Amino acid sequence: MILKLAWRNIWRNKRRSLITAASVLFALFFALIMRSMQLGAYENMIRNVVGVSTGYIQVHAKDFWDEKTLEYSMERNPSLEQKILSTEGVADVVPRLESFSLASTGNATKAAAILGIDPQKETEYFDFDNGLQEGEIFAENGKGILLSEGLAEYFKLKTNDTLVLIGQGYHGVSANGKYHVNGVVKLRSPELNKRLAFLTLKEAQFLYGADNRITSFVVIPERENDFPELTESLRTGLDTAAYEVMNWREMMPELVQAIQADSAGGLVMLFILYLVISFGIFGTILMMTSERQYEYGILTAIGMKRGKLALTVVMETFFLSLLGVIGGGLLALPLVLYYHYNPINLGGGEMGDAYEEYGFEPIIPASIDPSIIFTHSTIVLFISVLLSFYAVWKIYYLQPVKAMRS
Amino acid sequence: MPVIETHNLERVYQDGSQVIKAVDGIDLQIDEGEFTAIVGPSGSGKTTLLNLIGGLDKPTGGQVSIAGENISDLSDNQMINFRLEHIGFVFQAYNLIPVLTAVENVEFIMLLQKKSKVERRRRATQLLEAVGLGDRLDKKPGELSGGQQQRVAVARALASKPDFVLADEPTANLDSASTANLLDIMARLNREENMTFVFATHDQRVIDRAKRIITVEDGKIKSDVKVDH
Ligand SMILES: Nc1ncnc2c1ncn2[C@@H]1O[C@H](COP(=O)(O)OP(=O)(O)O)[C@@H](O)[C@H]1O
Ligand SMILES: [Mg+2]
Repeated sequence: MILKLAWRNIWRNKRRSLITAASVLFALFFALIMRSMQLGAYENMIRNVVGVSTGYIQVHAKDFWDEKTLEYSMERNPSLEQKILSTEGVADVVPRLESFSLASTGNATKAAAILGIDPQKETEYFDFDNGLQEGEIFAENGKGILLSEGLAEYFKLKTNDTLVLIGQGYHGVSANGKYHVNGVVKLRSPELNKRLAFLTLKEAQFLYGADNRITSFVVIPERENDFPELTESLRTGLDTAAYEVMNWREMMPELVQAIQADSAGGLVMLFILYLVISFGIFGTILMMTSERQYEYGILTAIGMKRGKLALTVVMETFFLSLLGVIGGGLLALPLVLYYHYNPINLGGGEMGDAYEEYGFEPIIPASIDPSIIFTHSTIVLFISVLLSFYAVWKIYYLQPVKAMRS
Repeated sequence: MPVIETHNLERVYQDGSQVIKAVDGIDLQIDEGEFTAIVGPSGSGKTTLLNLIGGLDKPTGGQVSIAGENISDLSDNQMINFRLEHIGFVFQAYNLIPVLTAVENVEFIMLLQKKSKVERRRRATQLLEAVGLGDRLDKKPGELSGGQQQRVAVARALASKPDFVLADEPTANLDSASTANLLDIMARLNREENMTFVFATHDQRVIDRAKRIITVEDGKIKSDVKVDH
């Protein structure tokens, strides 16, 4: 009956309750939409960068990440590979050899990033074949080269045309080779799409005179979200004097910082929003408690414990906010789902260009991470319960005789 | 043993520099089954006396014993519990919880006493029938007349099986017919169930029905007479 009482009390002043619930509803709705978009944009950024290029965790020879040259490459050591694979939470490892060369067709020349890869694994974990525009992905022992869309356009190359790579290999050997274009792939990161070309791992090792050497093992985690813990357990398992284990946050601190700065801006807005609705909720609680002084006096007089009375008021406030929370959630959900599956395309506008410049796909898909709705519902409910403690405090100091004289 | 006993009871209010002795040395004994009216002009101290007896207010001097137990030493929580188990209250108006129906209002006090649902419903229905509201069980207070609301309040006061019922100006807002009806009901409960009633009132219609009339003035008892009807 306490529950019934709390619930019915909400409807004593329908208008006021509806206004309060509506303010909670709009606040939550707004918070959910805003956070879903924001976090969705970050997820997209991370997926773009992490998913197609770095992976969540990499193992390199020590100092490779700072130097980025073949002198800091490492031998593809089966015992190291085995050790990583046997670490709890690791699904697979993907070897890569990364370097730079001048690419030339005779008419044109351009610096290109060359990545030696295991085509099967890249396809399996990074949807490598997804962006194939023409030709085909090479087999593991393929001799050709795969160009990013931007490079192909720059050189005006088609499948089966040839391209020359000129550069320096491991220990300063000259690294020159002539390749048939195997195909063209469109990379999700516009930045990489301009300058990346792929060889098979074997072919790249041969080109750079780096037999059986790689620059990184990309670690594929079983659960992507567990990457921080996994980084730590890899660090404990490996010889950190010889190897460095880095996750994407460490490899791309600028990205992390950019996200944090942007996110903080959003949180400040939400803070102000929550502050505003807190005043609304508090106003309702204030009026409610002052209107019901006499009634509270009667109830304590006939023998209702203050704790129980306070509980009904807390529950009433909680239910009221819950109505708003449920409403806000239900209202936001279809919109969030819609924009998750139909991301906002920033297209060629100013924003879109800015995104592309930083190497991100210029779209914002809304995040459907359930923790967003959970977090913000909890915050709103917590705020209202906290505010209802004003009424609790009033009830604890209520003197029935005084309350009933008013 | 008297149900209610006060000894040299005193309640002083400090109103600015003014000291008001609202209850000024009252010795009183009320036995089980009495039907007593405490009468006197407005401001004479009736409500204050009733509040002290009901444990809603603490005396500044003297003591109150209910069924032999000195209630002046109880803590706030103990006092609330004591009121729940031993004392029935009927106030001047707005006794009821507006969002609960008549039967829920009566049940509510038994809920506080942790009585079972079946017993609550049975006793609440029975009491509302006894006060002539058997056909108004599911009406909210707002749908009842003032007199009907007061009858629900009487039913609620009795629902907890108290030692006695305190009623402060229970008829102040009622017309003659409702007043007569309410008094009939309380007189019958007094006669048939031996329930003790103590009224604070200056309503002549109540005084006419009382079996004992205690007159107070300036916080002191002026006269105390038993009446045979
Ligand atoms: N809380 C209080 N503060 C100050 N004076 C009070 C308070 N309660 C009652 N009084 C005073 O005590 C006296 C008795 O009041 P009350 O018991 O309400 O009388 P009655 O019920 O007979 O009209 C009055 O003079 C009243 O003004
Ligand atoms: Mg009075």
